[in-house]
Amino acid sequence: MTEMTPSVSGNSGTVNYLNHDKSIKSWLLTRDHKRIGIMYLVAISLAFLAGGIMAMLIRLELLSPGETIMGPDAYNQAFTIHGVLMIFAFIIPALPAILGNFVIPMQLGAKDVAFPRINLLSFYLYLGGAVITLSALLVGRIDGGWTFYAPYSVQVGDSILFVTMGVFVMGFSSILTGLNFIVTIHKMRAPGLTWNRLPLFVWSIYATAIVQVLATPVIAITVILLFLERLLGIGIFDPALGGDPVLFQHFFWFYSHPAVYVMILPAFGIISDLIGAFSRHRIVGYRFVALSSIAIAFLGFLVWGHHMFVSGQSALASTVFSLITYLIGIPTGVKIINWISTMYRGSVQLRTPMIYALIFLFTFSIGGFTGIMLGVLAVDVHLHDTYFIVAHFHYTMLGGNVIAALGGLHFWWPKMTGKMFNETLGRIAAGLIFIGFNLTFFPQFIAGSRGMPRRYFDYPSEFVGLNVLSTYGSWIMAAGFFLIAGYLLFSLFKGKKAPANPWGALTLEWTHTASIPEPHNFTVTPVVTRGAYDYHLVPEFYAGPSSGDGSSAGLATQEVAPETTHEK
Amino acid sequence: MGDQGSSWLPDAMSSVARDVDALFNFVLIVSTILFAAVIVSTIYFVIRYRRRSDQYVPERIKESKWLEAAWIILPTILTMIIFTWGFRVFITLSTPPPDSYQITVRAKQWFWEFEYSEGATSTSDLYVPVGKPIKLLMSSGDVIHSFFVPEFRIKHDVIPNRYTSVWFEATEVGEYRIYCTEYCGQQHSMMLGMVRVVTQEEFDDWLDEQSQDLPPVELGERLFTQYNCQVCHATDGSRLIGPPLNGLFGITREFDDGMTAVADDNYLRESIVNPGAKVVAGYPNAMVATYGSLSTKQIDALVAYLKSLE
Ligand code: HEC
Ligand SMILES: [Cu+2]
Repeated sequence: MTEMTPSVSGNSGTVNYLNHDKSIKSWLLTRDHKRIGIMYLVAISLAFLAGGIMAMLIRLELLSPGETIMGPDAYNQAFTIHGVLMIFAFIIPALPAILGNFVIPMQLGAKDVAFPRINLLSFYLYLGGAVITLSALLVGRIDGGWTFYAPYSVQVGDSILFVTMGVFVMGFSSILTGLNFIVTIHKMRAPGLTWNRLPLFVWSIYATAIVQVLATPVIAITVILLFLERLLGIGIFDPALGGDPVLFQHFFWFYSHPAVYVMILPAFGIISDLIGAFSRHRIVGYRFVALSSIAIAFLGFLVWGHHMFVSGQSALASTVFSLITYLIGIPTGVKIINWISTMYRGSVQLRTPMIYALIFLFTFSIGGFTGIMLGVLAVDVHLHDTYFIVAHFHYTMLGGNVIAALGGLHFWWPKMTGKMFNETLGRIAAGLIFIGFNLTFFPQFIAGSRGMPRRYFDYPSEFVGLNVLSTYGSWIMAAGFFLIAGYLLFSLFKGKKAPANPWGALTLEWTHTASIPEPHNFTVTPVVTRGAYDYHLVPEFYAGPSSGDGSSAGLATQEVAPETTHEK
Repeated sequence: MGDQGSSWLPDAMSSVARDVDALFNFVLIVSTILFAAVIVSTIYFVIRYRRRSDQYVPERIKESKWLEAAWIILPTILTMIIFTWGFRVFITLSTPPPDSYQITVRAKQWFWEFEYSEGATSTSDLYVPVGKPIKLLMSSGDVIHSFFVPEFRIKHDVIPNRYTSVWFEATEVGEYRIYCTEYCGQQHSMMLGMVRVVTQEEFDDWLDEQSQDLPPVELGERLFTQYNCQVCHATDGSRLIGPPLNGLFGITREFDDGMTAVADDNYLRESIVNPGAKVVAGYPNAMVATYGSLSTKQIDALVAYLKSLE
């Protein structure tokens, strides 16, 4: 990658963040938020691959009742590894650490995050934590699922301490990343970039960061208590020592429920950006979408008990938790209406990232509606800990977070690599994933509501048909993911060179940086004069003959600050 | 007069099940309608407003405050209806009628034990009379389990060192499966049981029968399956997780520490109540230690049964 397309900001240099120094050392010790984002992309994708292989093994085992390819011990470990990796090593860090790192400073018109060194430290904490966790899972043969409910979890052996230790370390990575974003968003916005003009992805990462900073310490404390219990025999969770196992569940969900918002809020942000860009319309209810993210982040701390309706907490507590759950559900539902109405009288273009946004509307809506179902106290009693739950959270996490992540990855891929991927293959893969996903998880709603419990190695024969469908679906979905990996890697070598703004979007990373951004993103600090989605204010931007990528009219409405802040 | 259930739900066989189902179906129907609206409008907008020209920049739409308020208020009203309804059924679910017949439930890795007020006990099979409210008082002997009967729409966690309870009233004679729904270790998915709903007379007869004595070998055979020994032990000479148990009595056993012993009464007893004491060579020390809590009578019966196996 030695040449570079002239950027819309008029910079025609040849130095970009990828080629200015190609040594391994320059990568490993980089403080560039873009390179750190790419390193996260590689590491987190590997975690996803490992977790995904476990998922395939689980589905294969469940193809028929009884032992299919492995015994109960191996199965119980497989779903535990799958859960722990997917939650802690993949989905919690994925959006803030990969796309947040790569995109946020550019969307703010900043040269980097506020604390670039801490950013690098976060990366290594993540890497260290992930390695500790994975090796403890493999060596220690841990089962019991990612929830580690006491007292079972404290009886499975000492390696549980190493797993939780790994989670603890990754937690610090998450806290530091959140802290970095909060400061960056407060302090490093370009001149003119008021809160009302911020892209919604920035808003969502801001809300996410609040949760990361406030909630993660709770899991750290829980882990320390677990350590004290194991090492010093202080009874905290284990009833054999006089502890209370339900207390563990309170602690656990006090972190893990807010963590759900770490997973989903950035996805909301990405979907807003995608639907805005591909409809060329301001997001309807921009303010509502922005502020409700913050509200959800705070309310998210008050609903942990809805995971415990049948665990022996008081009926009154359950009632209150159910009520607050609905209060959170409502703004989420309203957002879906906002996104749909953004397309109303817009100019909708169905490129691959937008297709993911539409898939998101489909899958995440199902996840949301089934969430309402689960929030109904009396119905949750029946559905709790069945496959209905499994299907529900895969519709919200995989159908929400991962689908949005795929949309975002395709959207920003040209900016990351300077290359376009193959659009046709992109659409085919999106189709495979859509079909495979629904085939995998929809039957699980039915299996669950008919009574099939989760975490079952063996199951009664009445559920065979549904499980077979589910396993077939997982193969189609896997084909989709491998296809994506294939054409993205291929595009690195053989892809068409990407223009600076292939989608004709209006946020700063598209309008003011080169096809592959410079090491410090901007030649000059941009000055912002309009909102992130004010397409109607810049018709001349799209007026030229070769438009669509918006490169024709340059910076019609965005002035350039006189002083240059770029240093090489 | 149980309900036939639907493709979504199993048959409704308890007094509360149909209230739960009504709620389930209501949420299902409303969700389906709203979901259809989401999908239809999305598809319509995508087609109707597809990009025809790259140069075209749509006008900004004036947002209507009223519309925005409407789509906040309407979902709020709808969810509050659902919440209130769900709350009322939940209260019914969590308040056992005062005249309930009480049965004590003890969950252990990996079986269910039931103790009736008349002193009778049963394992895995829960006998209850039809048409009578039953309250289960539950606790666990080891880790957390969860008691779930899909046809009754009831579920509750069973926790060590604490009593939790759940109640139901079966509406029809029949057999309904009990599942454990909180992960509890290797045999979690095999921790099944059966609710046997019988008429009041049959139930009374059964209780009487329980107080009479079965011959030890027969009782032992029954306990052997009730306590899931057969999951790990074959009686036809084949190897499962544990060694086969036929023809064991009187032969010399070799252990993983190189020691040997003759399999006499004491050895059999010890193997059941304290399986880790002598671990048979070539096998993992995988037998659960929970059988230590069996009564002397039960252990005698098991030993008698094992001795009878050729
Ligand atoms: C989780 C699987 C498991 C279950 C359930 C189980 N066992 Fe075992 N059992 C084993 C294993 C493994 C061994 C061999 C290791 C050892 O000696 O501890 C064993 C050993 C034994 C032995 C000694 C056998 C010999 O060859 O010397 C006896 C007797 C026995 N079990 C009886 C029972 C009875 C009776 C039950 C039910 C009340 C039962 N077991 C339930 C796994 C199990
Ligand atoms: Cu159990």
